Amino acid sequence: MLIKCPHCGSRPSEEFTYLGDASVKRPGSTDPSTMDQWFDYVYLRDNRKGRMHEYWHHSGGCRSWLVVDRDTLTHEIFGSMTARDWAKRQGAGS
Amino acid sequence: MKYSVFSLLRNSLSGHKHWTPAWRNPEPRKDYDIIIVGGGGHGLSTAYYLAKEHKLTNVAVLEKGWLGSGNIGRNTTIIRSNYMLPGNNPFYEWSMKLWEGLEQDFNFNAMVSQRGVLNLFHTDPQRDAFARRGNAMRIDGVDAELLDREAVREMVPFLDFDNARFPVKGGLLQRRGGTVRHDAVAWGYARGADSRGVDIIQNCEVTGMRIENGRVKGVETSKGYIGCRKLGLAAAGNSSEVAAMAGMKLPIESHVLQAFVSEGLKPYIDQVVTFGAGHFYVSQSDKGGLVFGGDLDGYNSYARRGNLPMVEHVIEAGVAMIPGLARVRVLRSWGGIMDMSMDGSPIIDKTHIEGLYLNTGWCYGGFKATPASGWCFAHTIAKNEPHKLNAAYRLDRFRRGYMIDEKGQGATPNLH
Ligand SMILES: Cc1cc2nc3c(=O)[nH]c(=O)nc-3n(C[C@H](O)[C@H](O)[C@H](O)COP(=O)(O)OP(=O)(O)OC[C@H]3O[C@@H](n4cnc5c(N)ncnc54)[C@H](O)[C@@H]3O)c2cc1C
Ligand SMILES: [Zn+2]
Repeated sequence: MLIKCPHCGSRPSEEFTYLGDASVKRPGSTDPSTMDQWFDYVYLRDNRKGRMHEYWHHSGGCRSWLVVDRDTLTHEIFGSMTARDWAKRQGAGS
Repeated sequence: MKYSVFSLLRNSLSGHKHWTPAWRNPEPRKDYDIIIVGGGGHGLSTAYYLAKEHKLTNVAVLEKGWLGSGNIGRNTTIIRSNYMLPGNNPFYEWSMKLWEGLEQDFNFNAMVSQRGVLNLFHTDPQRDAFARRGNAMRIDGVDAELLDREAVREMVPFLDFDNARFPVKGGLLQRRGGTVRHDAVAWGYARGADSRGVDIIQNCEVTGMRIENGRVKGVETSKGYIGCRKLGLAAAGNSSEVAAMAGMKLPIESHVLQAFVSEGLKPYIDQVVTFGAGHFYVSQSDKGGLVFGGDLDGYNSYARRGNLPMVEHVIEAGVAMIPGLARVRVLRSWGGIMDMSMDGSPIIDKTHIEGLYLNTGWCYGGFKATPASGWCFAHTIAKNEPHKLNAAYRLDRFRRGYMIDEKGQGATPNLH
């Protein structure tokens, strides 16, 4: 798999460290009443078969966090952006 | 037909023309008491123990592919019960005991071979950790021996003992661990279940569930709707997909694990040997091929094939452990999809939906669990409550904070 880093260009996947699903949302509050949201955030996953957005860290390169659009069934990669741009995009949607 | 030396003799005299199929190939009926989704090791052993231990035979196993096409036919066949945390060893040791009597029990040659599993250590802290694990095993009545370097050298002289970076300092040995022919496990359980009246329906994919008033009513399949009172999910790497049909979201990620086999060699490695300084393990099949593997590729996948970086990593680790491997040619490699859980331990439980039961989270170690998993899942389904042996494998343990995290990695499925 080749992952396109916005800073470094197309790089082999072994330069990256995988974190996983980028659609999970960290709850904004630590109030005990948000326990269910925290449980969901830490433990539950859609575990999608098909296209999904996921965090990859370019740990063997420029060390930026990226969000990669990848198909879990074919391993095809459709695109990537910095995690910062992803967060902005997510923020704009809410 | 009972398999025995007499049936073998009789059939060889008649030119092997009269063997009957080991199981039927029935069309699904409209309704069953119990349906099991997934005809892998766990689904088939569940059906077998439902029929044998609980006399429940109005049961169907629905398998989307052919029997044994999933991980049961893709694993590296290792069995062991060398766990440490409470909740794990009694379960895995029960599995080992079932393995020890399995072939007589289901009248099928599964080539259970207790050739020993040897885990190498390379540093003093690792030795201490292994000593602790060995003690935990012995407390639970499991056999464990801590070997020093010379004892290891006697067993496996071809290791790179003086590797500059990872010298071999000794190993933890479970003599009762070993290997079992994985396909034969699927076939033996299938035959045993079928002969007791269970319908095993291949090429029948479950595509939906009918749930009314919080109760399971039946499943939609590629062969039409089939009703049931109880539904057990044993879909391994596809667990999230199947559970989603019931509106459930699981603490599971699907990951690919690769395995490899070499060209056939003369007898070389008698045990299962694992490298302690990287992820690599190897055994030799009765055909002579070295069967080996390593870590997960590390990213979510449903592809049943991995990528080259992990191939390179596994081979590197292998050659670091056994330099002689450098001259061996790899014959083929393949991948399977693991149901990686958030703490690296399995789930065998009821769910909040009445009549719906869950068996998942086997990670890369579910083959050794096949007998006990089916035995406990059958109990859980039949009695509508977990057995003592799977009581720690509850689905709500994540919410309650009772994780069973052998590796201490936290909620990171790809690192367990
Ligand atoms: C390369 C590799 C090496 C491994 N090595 C070992 C080892 O050495 N020791 C060990 O203990 N474990 C090992 N494992 C893990 C072990 O193989 C698995 O944990 C175990 O086999 C999973 O249980 P199962 O046999 O029921 O899975 P499977 O055989 O995968 O059964 C699940 C079945 O469900 C079916 N299914 C899925 N969705 C549906 C649907 N919607 N409708 C109908 N059917 C469906 C699938 O087709 C599949 O046949 C290894 C795995 C791999 C891939
Ligand atoms: Zn980069």
